[in-house]
Amino acid sequence: MSKSRTAKEQEMSWVYEGYELVVGLEVHTELKTSSKLFCSCANTFGSTPNTNVCPVCLGLPGTLPVLNRKVVELAIKIGLALNCEVRKSTFHRKNYFYPDLPKGYQISQYDLPINSEGYLDLPSGHRVGIERAHIEEDTGKITHMGSSGRMDKSSYSLIDYNRAGVPLTEIVSAPDIYSPDQAREYVSELRGVLVALGVSDGRMEEGSLRVDANVSVRPIGSSELRTRCEIKNLNSLRSLVRAIDYEGKRHVKLYRRGEAPIQETRHWDENKQRTDSLRSKEEANDYRYFLEPDLKALAPTESLVLQIAGEIVDTPRQKRAFLVESLAGEEMADQIEKAIDHELFPYVRHAIEAGISPRLAVARTANELASIISDALYLTEDRFVEVLRLEESKEISSSQAKVLLNALCQQDQSVADTIESLDLKKADDAHTRNMVEAVVSDSPAEWSRFVEGQEQLMGFFVGKVMKLTSGKADGSVVKDILLQLRATKN
Amino acid sequence: MDGGPLALDACSLSEAVRNKEISVTEVANAVVSQIEQKEPLIGAFLHLDHEALLERAALLDQKIAKGEISGRLLGVPVALKDNMVTSDMPTTAGSKILEGWRPPYDSTVAKLVISEKGIVVGKTNLDEFAMGSSTENSAYKVTRNPHDLSRVPGGSSGGSAAAVASGMSTLALGSDTGGSIRQPASLCGVVGVKPTYGYVSRYGLIAFASSLDQIGPFARTVKDAALLLEVIGEHDSMDSTSILGERPKLLEREALGVQSLRIGIVSELVDNCSVEVKERVLAAARLLEESGAKVDTVSAKAVTLGLSAYYVIAPAEASSNLSRYDGVRFGLRKDGSSLTDMFLTTRTQGFGDEVKRRIMLGTYALSSGYYDQYYGKALATRQLIQRQFDEIYKDFDLLLGPTSPTTAFLVGEKFNDPMSMYMNDVCTIPSNLAGHPAISVPFGVDQSGLPIGVQLLGPAMSEALLFQGAFELERLAMQYLEDVGV
Ligand SMILES: [Zn+2]
Repeated sequence: MSKSRTAKEQEMSWVYEGYELVVGLEVHTELKTSSKLFCSCANTFGSTPNTNVCPVCLGLPGTLPVLNRKVVELAIKIGLALNCEVRKSTFHRKNYFYPDLPKGYQISQYDLPINSEGYLDLPSGHRVGIERAHIEEDTGKITHMGSSGRMDKSSYSLIDYNRAGVPLTEIVSAPDIYSPDQAREYVSELRGVLVALGVSDGRMEEGSLRVDANVSVRPIGSSELRTRCEIKNLNSLRSLVRAIDYEGKRHVKLYRRGEAPIQETRHWDENKQRTDSLRSKEEANDYRYFLEPDLKALAPTESLVLQIAGEIVDTPRQKRAFLVESLAGEEMADQIEKAIDHELFPYVRHAIEAGISPRLAVARTANELASIISDALYLTEDRFVEVLRLEESKEISSSQAKVLLNALCQQDQSVADTIESLDLKKADDAHTRNMVEAVVSDSPAEWSRFVEGQEQLMGFFVGKVMKLTSGKADGSVVKDILLQLRATKN
Repeated sequence: MDGGPLALDACSLSEAVRNKEISVTEVANAVVSQIEQKEPLIGAFLHLDHEALLERAALLDQKIAKGEISGRLLGVPVALKDNMVTSDMPTTAGSKILEGWRPPYDSTVAKLVISEKGIVVGKTNLDEFAMGSSTENSAYKVTRNPHDLSRVPGGSSGGSAAAVASGMSTLALGSDTGGSIRQPASLCGVVGVKPTYGYVSRYGLIAFASSLDQIGPFARTVKDAALLLEVIGEHDSMDSTSILGERPKLLEREALGVQSLRIGIVSELVDNCSVEVKERVLAAARLLEESGAKVDTVSAKAVTLGLSAYYVIAPAEASSNLSRYDGVRFGLRKDGSSLTDMFLTTRTQGFGDEVKRRIMLGTYALSSGYYDQYYGKALATRQLIQRQFDEIYKDFDLLLGPTSPTTAFLVGEKFNDPMSMYMNDVCTIPSNLAGHPAISVPFGVDQSGLPIGVQLLGPAMSEALLFQGAFELERLAMQYLEDVGV
């Protein structure tokens, strides 16, 4: 791994009173399979509690686990996309008591995970090592009744075992992350990979993507790894960033006082915006890992791994590369990051492949489509291309193109019919000039200030013209005319 | 049972039912009257439902009358050890912690017995969670040996062994983790089989030690044991450790003899037992040799390490398997002031002493800092035993030894002495650690009239050969009894 940092990385760096951060992240992702990891119950979110359960996932006496083959395939897919080594692996039991854990142990992978030693390259150029990405089962969901939300203060708790036995992949990064922003970048990129692979819906709020952060600090320039604390309950990228920042500073303050943090699990309190001790490792469970006798070793064949490798397309890295190459040197990094979203990317790729100028395709995708995609029930990729083609040939103005895209989202109608029904025909330049002159003579005070050089009034006039023409005028033409008029006045 | 349907072996009984010589109702009534007579003395069952039994019998009779029925166990009484899950009967595993539990599903073996039209007599007593060698560790009752009511039937499948030995059931299923089928079979004078690991599905068997547990048959004859094992032995997709593919035919091995079979007498096993048992094993060996087998003595030093490896591995797995009895979802719950208190009170009151002893042993053996010293060593020992067996089976087809070091001991005799109780399993444990099949065949009685069992062992998936040997051993036992004039 290169120690030299890119400009982008420098921008993200975190330094506090002579210390730097060292962070490793554990990301749990629920896998999108139709059934659970070890039984045939449905794997769905939001069902009535305790309806997706059977003797196996309730851990009833006498039941045995049978590994879901689809889970293995998805886990391998993740491993390959993270450049991991995929190998023969085994399952272990992690033993502890908790009411949401039906068997009293979680079936997980321990010393031989299915994926190990990979990496993920971030958009900033930084590379984060992946130590392992293994398969394990989820627990049920426990809700403590009463205001405190804590078990010891509630009169009773409710448990929903629908989630028990849902397949998870736990992706453990190396301690290669050096700032809260880099942690955010890593999680966003990883989330993008998982969504692109079709293995996860990546929703942090629903808990289908869960992040724990291992945080420590060290004097700048040192390469030691100091005592780390594991932070749980990070439900959003925002809390991830804040919690890491808070925890890093807490460690620094302790060291500055001549104290040291103790290795423990801490909880991010969203209300108080701070981390609190959950339990120290001394009183933590001894999980008594041992080989799961009810399952055989998992040895994926080489042909299966090859077949899955062939199915991996559209990772964020691949999508970014496609756009960068299409744009041939044009600097649109921010728009590219938006356009590689899994819902948006098919549109921009389709447009570029259909011969639309990549610059226009990326701009319309990142600027306009991004804000309406969630409602775009009827906007097909073909219609998107049609609109861009009309704009490119200047048959409609760019503002008309935007109106048209909006309208196409709302109802299932051809582009031609929508233009017709909205009366969207581009105004000719002579008509536009008339309209501009009308607006100018309507607002003499604003006009004289514009003539004196108050540039911000440009928007005022353009807006007025647009209103007058019901958006049919071409904004750039309006601007040109305004500038011409001002030039002749001076 | 004299002369009635219960005097018939399972093969003849189902044949008679099929030919409408006997009705299933007649069989069921015979079972009920036998149970009414014997059960108060023996205490083999934890659950009986005569009404349901007679109903099922009547239903089968109707179908037989219409000629629309077949089944290899048609009308044959079968008793199930109470650690096999049944949806129409309670399942307790002999523990207070599961008192009154009604499972919502059926074990694979129960389904197979029912689909072959066997009639399930009831659920039999066992040491709690199959942990024990005398059935005295049951939370519910003590089962007595039908040959001497002051003595134990062995364990942990003592109820199943006693039920078959006393004619309350023609067949029974047990589970064998370290000898829990073979040892009680030996002590009760019936045939008991521990199949190859993975031969019979464990789905629905309440786990004691998952890498060692295996279900197998009890019967009065080798032929009946073969029939029941043919019924329950098949691949099951619900059990990931179930062996794929077909199981061999066993009944057809009946008259093949032992001509030219190479049989080894394991000296370490023979040396560990009482004089009478040892003499009987050697007598069996002599008779096998006369029948044409090539018999030789063989030393297997590693098997002597089996007991200590077993008493680390089995408790370790049990400590994990028994974690699910926490009072949250099923079975006993004793309320406490906090969650931890509820867990503690439930488990303290729900589990018996032997179960607690093994949970503690196993938890300790798996703890960080002790794992390598105990669990790791035990696994290495297990591999050593497996390798030694592999070596021995290059020169031998089957091995011969005692099943239990002694005949049945008195109720209470070893109850407070766990070490001497554990010694009961010394001859049977090696097969479990290796995952190999073994069978116990009755071979007469000792001076006090207590049954002696002789054990045949084979390599993995050698059931066909094992039964071939067992058929001959059974024939030789009859011959032996005639010779000594019993
Ligand atoms: Zn389930």
